[in-house]
Amino acid sequence: MAPTERLVVQDVSFTYEESPSPALTHVDLKVRPGEFLAILGHNGSGKSTLAKLLNALYLPTEGRVWVCGMDTADEDRLWDIRSQAGMIFQNPDNQIVATVVREDVAFGLENLGVPHDEMVERIDRALETVNMTPFAEKAPHMLSGGQKQRVAIAGILAMQPSCIIADEATAMLDPQGRRDVLSTVQRLNREKGITVVWITHFMEEAVQADRVIVVSDGGVVLQGKPREIFSQVDRMRELHLDVPRMTSLADSLRKEGMPLPDGILTVDEMAKEVTRLLCPSSSNT
Amino acid sequence: MPLELKHVTYTYSAGSAFQVTALDDISLTIGDGEFIALVGHTGCGKSTLVQHLNGLLKPTSGQVLLNGEDINGEKVNRRALRQKVGLVFQYPEYQLFEETVAKDIAFGPKNQGLPADEVDRRVRRAMEHVHLNYEKLAERSPFELSGGQMRRVAIAGVLAMEPQILVLDEPTAGLDPRGRDRILGMVRELHAEGVTVVMVSHSMEDVASLATRMVVLSHGRLVAEGEPRAVFRQHEIMEEAGLDIPDAAKLCGALIARGISLPDDLYTQDELREHLLRLWKEARA
Repeated sequence: MAPTERLVVQDVSFTYEESPSPALTHVDLKVRPGEFLAILGHNGSGKSTLAKLLNALYLPTEGRVWVCGMDTADEDRLWDIRSQAGMIFQNPDNQIVATVVREDVAFGLENLGVPHDEMVERIDRALETVNMTPFAEKAPHMLSGGQKQRVAIAGILAMQPSCIIADEATAMLDPQGRRDVLSTVQRLNREKGITVVWITHFMEEAVQADRVIVVSDGGVVLQGKPREIFSQVDRMRELHLDVPRMTSLADSLRKEGMPLPDGILTVDEMAKEVTRLLCPSSSNT
Repeated sequence: MPLELKHVTYTYSAGSAFQVTALDDISLTIGDGEFIALVGHTGCGKSTLVQHLNGLLKPTSGQVLLNGEDINGEKVNRRALRQKVGLVFQYPEYQLFEETVAKDIAFGPKNQGLPADEVDRRVRRAMEHVHLNYEKLAERSPFELSGGQMRRVAIAGVLAMEPQILVLDEPTAGLDPRGRDRILGMVRELHAEGVTVVMVSHSMEDVASLATRMVVLSHGRLVAEGEPRAVFRQHEIMEEAGLDIPDAAKLCGALIARGISLPDDLYTQDELREHLLRLWKEARA
């Protein structure tokens, strides 16, 4: 029986050809509809392998992966699977195929054989959703990295997907581009209920997810709400990952005896807690 | 050996319809042993400026002087210049091309016509600087290495020229936290050994922990410079330049706004921790 969750990874192991050891071993994961899941892990942890299993770019060596109830090993459903689970990659320059923005967005639809009028409408709507309408007739190479990533997202949206899988989609962007791309995807998640799997090295991006999983040595080693994950400062450091700066400052103060609560993530939270300790009378403001 | 920019202006496609002034009257002196962070939003002119530092680009007007001598003068030996000022581009690993790590790193010194034993000494020393094990990696293909290791090979290739001034354009872009910390640690060590460093960065946190001086560019103009402490205090200028300030500086501002008495120019986690512990002890006493 096909499961009802958006994405299901069932006891999956994966070994690359010619590799002596598996990249993933016995991974189980369920992503529910509308969830924003962040995946953390250092390079070589297996997180990108996991992402590529989620839209049938790779097939599991053992176990099964289901996308919207479809087994990714079912070759007849490949196009359905890929249009349901769209993927954004790290390098903006590697995913643009056309010489005009609008045509790039059209690429997936043309392959699906969508009628022309509907195609035009879907492209317009997709570009509008990512705020790229003014660039529809422009050449992609004139765009910034963040704008290119938003065009890539429009190309996925035109396929009317239920999931977006982003494999370090902001790693090569500047802070502004990073914010634009993340907020675009967050909006799609909130307003359209699109399920998001967001792989990143940036802790400040993972902080805003519904749930975080940490991958290390080919397996899931931690999972929970961002607050639960990041309060494990020493464990995260062992895994060669960052924690938000305020979390690490709070942790070091706590170790010196200052009774700050666990789970501080942001500057605002930190300011509030420090004020509560230092001047209790004014901490209500 | 100070490197001095005097009223440097650079215009791309001068005289055409696409004319863009990328640098507008920049004057700046880079003194011996400094660690300068060059910051600004994408398109502000950082990368253009960096390419002026070793004569890859020639100012449309103005001069670049090394030790008082115009580096674009007719008598200047370009090869000697590029040996003194080493430039590490963005994503330098894309420029690796040799069969082995050692050959790739040896390329520069060999072209300089140095004797084989000197080339070998330099390759070993450069690998040591970037924390790559010579015995294990020298004969490997650079393309079999991890992304972070490949980047360190590329940087070693520049270090093998033994430059006195090392210019790095976003050396940590796209790396995971462990890769980033390795590169930054290595740059810190080189600076401690007396190499002058100019580093382009988008991460204000990295800048805060490393730089002795910051130079802020916005729309091709130099809008602020000075010690990080002095620059991070100028919130409006940073905001106008499209830049963030470190979380520690934000927390410092938020606490002062809540009536806590702190110096208004704290910007590193360590100094903030010291001050907060002191206040906490005073509050308990």
